Amino acid sequence: MANQAHEETLALREQFDTEAQQKDASTLGMWIFLVTEIMFFGGMFLAYTIYRSTYPEIFAVCSSSLNVYIGAANTVVLLCSSFTMVLAVRSAQLGRQRAIVFNLILTLALGFVFLGVKAYEWNEKFVEHHIPGPGFHFEGIAQQGPAQLFFSLYFAMTGLHALHMLIGGGILTWLIIRTKQGAFTAEYMTPVDVAGLYWHFVDIIWIFLFPLLYLIDRHLK
Amino acid sequence: MSEHIDSVKTYVLVFAALICATLATTAVAFVDLGPFSVVVALAIAVCKMLLVALFFMHVRHSTKLTRLVLLGALMWLGILILMTLTDFSTRGALGVPGR
Repeated sequence: MANQAHEETLALREQFDTEAQQKDASTLGMWIFLVTEIMFFGGMFLAYTIYRSTYPEIFAVCSSSLNVYIGAANTVVLLCSSFTMVLAVRSAQLGRQRAIVFNLILTLALGFVFLGVKAYEWNEKFVEHHIPGPGFHFEGIAQQGPAQLFFSLYFAMTGLHALHMLIGGGILTWLIIRTKQGAFTAEYMTPVDVAGLYWHFVDIIWIFLFPLLYLIDRHLK
Repeated sequence: MSEHIDSVKTYVLVFAALICATLATTAVAFVDLGPFSVVVALAIAVCKMLLVALFFMHVRHSTKLTRLVLLGALMWLGILILMTLTDFSTRGALGVPGR
């Protein structure tokens, strides 16, 4: 097959020898992007770990002020969206276009439910004066500084995660439009596949954010 | 295309396991395990990550090169975390000459 001229299609561009080779290259490229994201979020998790070990008591009190039931419910919503995403990818592998669109729309809707709940939680923080800044006040502790540090990290980490969800929502919308135009077949569904990788990665970030922010000091209260 | 297509049943089972793990980690958070609450929470999170990566992200069907890249990423993440924590946890352990 090598060095042989072939007709160019979406599934087999000129620079590749076989469709499998092109598919593997696309998948690897997405994984390498996700690796840079792992390092990006890794820095934030590390900052959280260091400050939590520096101010364990205050971080415990602040962490316990978050609503664990809302957090758990939102985790379930995000896991459901990952499940519908994987069904969309499976439909794409089988070339079932209507099923792709159906599952992608479900994924998008669940993603927006997650963001809506997140917005409700953030609004609660505004009401409780738990937004880092001049108006910050956390009841019942002497040191306000470390408490602000916890909520700064909380907003940075959940905010960055929500930004990734928004970008994911944009990608899903584009995929829905392209699928309706008939762009994806069982032979060529790489965009659906790699978008799935991205969506599941964002899910994995939340899988770690949820216990670290909401859970690990819960028993102290 | 000659790729593996998992059955819906496989995905349903993985999904059910993920939901159970979420309920378990939430429930166990209210039990006082002392310093082990972090260990248990992170162990459950790692299990959930493995389920998502292996099944939903098709790592179990992926090429050796992709797996190598992933292991490399985890290694660099390990270096980032271990080296920085080593620094922070041992600061002040030795006196600084001249200070």
